[in-house]
Amino acid sequence: MVTGIVEDIPDAPRKPLWLRRRTLRLVLPWLVIIGLFLFWELIVRAFQIEPFVLPAPSAIFASGWQWRMPILDNAWQTLFTTVIGFFIAVIIGLAGGIAVGSSTLAYDSLYPALIGFNSIPKVAVVPILVIWFGVGTVPAVITAFLIAFFPILVNVAVGIATVEPELQDVLRALGASRWQVIRKVGLPRSMPYFFASLKVAITFAFVGTIVAETVAANKGIGNLMLVASSRFEVPLAFAGLLVTSVMGIGMYLVTVLVEQRMTGWAMRGADGGMQPRV
Amino acid sequence: MLDQTAAAGSARSRSTTSFVELDRVSLRYGEDASGTLALQRTNLKVGPGEFVAIVGPSGCGKSTLMKVVTGLWQPTQGAVVVNGRRVNAPLSIVGMAFQNATLLPWRTTLANVMLPLEIVEPHCTKLRREREAYEVKARELIALVGLAGFEQHFPWQLSGGMQQRASLCRALIHDPLLLMLDEPFASLDMFTREELWLALQDLWLARRPTVILVTHDLREAVFLADRVLVMSARPGRIIAEAAVELPRPRNLETTYDSYSVDLVHSLRERISAARAS
Repeated sequence: MVTGIVEDIPDAPRKPLWLRRRTLRLVLPWLVIIGLFLFWELIVRAFQIEPFVLPAPSAIFASGWQWRMPILDNAWQTLFTTVIGFFIAVIIGLAGGIAVGSSTLAYDSLYPALIGFNSIPKVAVVPILVIWFGVGTVPAVITAFLIAFFPILVNVAVGIATVEPELQDVLRALGASRWQVIRKVGLPRSMPYFFASLKVAITFAFVGTIVAETVAANKGIGNLMLVASSRFEVPLAFAGLLVTSVMGIGMYLVTVLVEQRMTGWAMRGADGGMQPRV
Repeated sequence: MLDQTAAAGSARSRSTTSFVELDRVSLRYGEDASGTLALQRTNLKVGPGEFVAIVGPSGCGKSTLMKVVTGLWQPTQGAVVVNGRRVNAPLSIVGMAFQNATLLPWRTTLANVMLPLEIVEPHCTKLRREREAYEVKARELIALVGLAGFEQHFPWQLSGGMQQRASLCRALIHDPLLLMLDEPFASLDMFTREELWLALQDLWLARRPTVILVTHDLREAVFLADRVLVMSARPGRIIAEAAVELPRPRNLETTYDSYSVDLVHSLRERISAARAS
């Protein structure tokens, strides 16, 4: 005997707008940032910390507004340098990753050298770059590139090298060439790895640029901060830091957007499942 | 009912011309003589349009045999001839399906099914101009295995059985002359499996490719094949064969009649003997 069981469960009443998950996810990051600044302001005022040790956020914002034109000018220089270095890193990292990942011979022969190269602190390279290219934009672009390309290369190589043998067999049994297997299976499969590495690489690229600007440049946020701290304009130096992190978040969001468009297939379950994404 | 074919592979071929022929093929893993011997002087003949099932104890080299026939692996000794030509590189006239559906997760069902068309000539060059005609053909094939309405779904949105159906379509879309099936239904539940047996029989009757099916399921072998071959334990050789004299199209009831049951029984005994030896 099979008996059907039917239960009537009334729908739970909808939560008010400001408690829903979606709203919270949009609002909470801002609350955290604002809360952090308020806490900071409070500490500085409560303990009466000197502005040249730790300036209050209000002082930082005031200084940032006062020097807004030079800051924008230098921020543009830093952004420009970073993006160029990042793009070169993407191209070289992608090409190198394909080469290293698609052949075990290339993998075995190139990998140790790459690891050794990546272990060199890039700050130490900047003076050498200055000897070769002089003070200015070029050493900063190269430093950004040097720091950013390695994670991209490694991730693409891993994505291509770990393609399931069955997937390769499907194509090889059709007479597909090596390049066709890479293009149809290896590359699409490594895209999630590639975009994960871009998020790391873009923040690395900022680090590279600013380090190089601090050591050897006469423009850029790194240089601005160096000059500001040497004149004890500590709030201005902090304003430089703030602008850098805003640019970092901005570029990070750009890569996330591109990633969502390109690798939606790898993000299953994020919207609950059975709706086809057409 | 079962014939001993220890050395009689050539003598007992059903038709004079064979589409697939293995002549004393041996395959050893690894590059030196210490590697495991997976196949030892295996002989095999399959006629054009014939449906052959290969059964045997697990680890007997059935999947190795598939790779050798399709040219994915080169035999250590012996010759493989398919369609009158010696095989020394992967063949493009083959459709393959495996135990796992191996669909590409970033492609929809339709795009997955059409994948071979992007690689195999002459479709590859014609695809750009005649995309719509090809798409109609792919949709027809998808509908034939009961997947209509799921063309734009991604693999993770399909059940295991549906993925396997799509994988069958992908194996057939480029009208291969040879269909190689490596335990394609092994991971499915019994009802889905039986449904797909019927789907496969329909597809085969409609297009008549030569089929080599590797399976553990003796009922499946007897239901689908014209001829069932039994492989020995490793190193694998074909040690017996049985013709299945049942009219087509067969229906699922035939798997329970006395002829099929007896045949399954005697095959089972051969395999237990092969396991023990």
